[in-house]
Amino acid sequence: MGYYKELQKDIRFKEGLKACISCGVCSAICPAAQFSDYDPRLVINAVQTGDDAEIKKLLESDTIWYCGECLSCKTRCPRGNTPGYIIQALRALSIETGLFIESEQGRKQLAIKRTVGDHILKYGYCVYIDEVDTDMFPEQGPIWDWLRKNRVDLLEKLGTNYNKLGKGTLRKTSEESLSDLRKIFDETGATQRFYKIEEYSRKKALEEGIAFSTEKDDYFMKVYEK
Amino acid sequence: MESLKKNKAWDSYQKEIADDHYYFARSCIRQNFFPPAEDLYLKILREDLGKDIYDDALQTSCTGIAYHSGIIPFETIMTVVARQFSLMNDAGYENLVVSCVTSFGIYTEILETWKEFPEKEEEIRQNLIRATGRTFVKPKNVVHASDLIYKFKKEISAKAKYGLVNKYTGKSLKVVDHIGCHYAKIFPKVGIGGAEFPYVLAGMIDEWGGAQVDYPERRHCCGFGFRQYLLKSNRSYSVSNTKVKLDSMEPYHPDLIIANCPGCTFFMDRWQYVIAEMEKKTYGENGYGIPVLTYEELAGLILGYNPWDIGLQLHQVTVEPLLNKMGIKYDSKEKYKGLNGKDLGRPEMPRFLKSC
Repeated sequence: MGYYKELQKDIRFKEGLKACISCGVCSAICPAAQFSDYDPRLVINAVQTGDDAEIKKLLESDTIWYCGECLSCKTRCPRGNTPGYIIQALRALSIETGLFIESEQGRKQLAIKRTVGDHILKYGYCVYIDEVDTDMFPEQGPIWDWLRKNRVDLLEKLGTNYNKLGKGTLRKTSEESLSDLRKIFDETGATQRFYKIEEYSRKKALEEGIAFSTEKDDYFMKVYEK
Repeated sequence: MESLKKNKAWDSYQKEIADDHYYFARSCIRQNFFPPAEDLYLKILREDLGKDIYDDALQTSCTGIAYHSGIIPFETIMTVVARQFSLMNDAGYENLVVSCVTSFGIYTEILETWKEFPEKEEEIRQNLIRATGRTFVKPKNVVHASDLIYKFKKEISAKAKYGLVNKYTGKSLKVVDHIGCHYAKIFPKVGIGGAEFPYVLAGMIDEWGGAQVDYPERRHCCGFGFRQYLLKSNRSYSVSNTKVKLDSMEPYHPDLIIANCPGCTFFMDRWQYVIAEMEKKTYGENGYGIPVLTYEELAGLILGYNPWDIGLQLHQVTVEPLLNKMGIKYDSKEKYKGLNGKDLGRPEMPRFLKSC
């Protein structure tokens, strides 16, 4: 497959890669480079060669999944490149080609699809209080347990419209809006991307003999927690 | 003198902020993790400042967290954003005010992308029509919600009941400002003061009597990292980056941290709890943490709102040390009460982070 040609079709890639002089400013400023085995300068070097074998190595690697997309690199690049955008294009191609399943970090996309992705279509929000507990998110702390336990009373006291139709904070999203979201997802490739993430993950789970069904099954817990 | 010169430089980076009639785009994270904050914001705009701001029941997430985590295509989020524009048109507004910094980055990025690639805008228009039958006109003015508090900071000052002054010493409180990365790092021209010297929160600190804290890691990311935080296995990225900031600001003994991004506010609050649990390390005075507020929560306190009506009991880092310094009167017994004074019990207290 012509990976470089595929990347060139991606608008983010066009915006992100002008001509890199490999000065390393992006790596100096990068929060991911500070704590992970990640160096945006090297990623851009590899992509800029246009060598499909090098790009394939990236697509099936953990490397492209370490970026935190803070986009600090966009501000600082003296030549107008945006390594964070190139990472977005690489991640999209990694899922499109199924190569994401070859890396430990890539396989974790299933957990994000089943939380944030599914929550958008269920609630109209990326995150919703009903789905966030301190087993999954222990850093939320005891104050969150107290809020969750008393949420119906407390959220009414605090003036929200929790889980009710209409305007206001934490309102229930109308079926009309959820239906629009589903149709947009179908029309623009998100539904297909979700399908690919699920399908490649199902095959991987089968190969590894791990239980795979829906929501928080054994495979989900493995990629989410370890 | 040096700081006066800097403020002058920041003043030269200004942006257009509409004077009235706004369409409000809500935030997924702010609504969930600081539930009263957005209604407080709307109340300040409407009741304290006399502005018209519209809250739309039909609006949804911009899907920015999904996009920046790599699970949906750029075309999907562009079409969702196009639908929000269409809803804004239906409601009769042309000035968009965005609560979330990730969303603000998304809206500005998409409008800039369409300028560079008009064929992409046309493609998205067709997507939206096919999916929903909707059309849209782009907004005239797009600002972040903190931009409006910045714009009206003097009007808030004029009605202030309290200031950022330590009532025990008479000195200015030391306030750290943390600006969400996507506020101005993507397009410096859309942020007040640009990316290197953002003035949007610093301007509030100056106006309300506080003293800015200029510490080495002031512009470092809070460490959200989108997919990095969302996965339990990767969350060390997030806490490590917040710790870089907390360790860097600690020698300056800040009294308060304020942030304009809902995620950053959450992380700076909750990771203090986690660092205390992991390392018995606390950053505030006498075993407390450094209180972390959103800009509207701070504006609310300045205007005299009751801290327990605006949700400050839902922060994991106890805010009382700050309230005491500002001389704000509060009833400790009301802190954990529910509707009509119902007793909801008390949350468990953290082991090492002093709380009350």
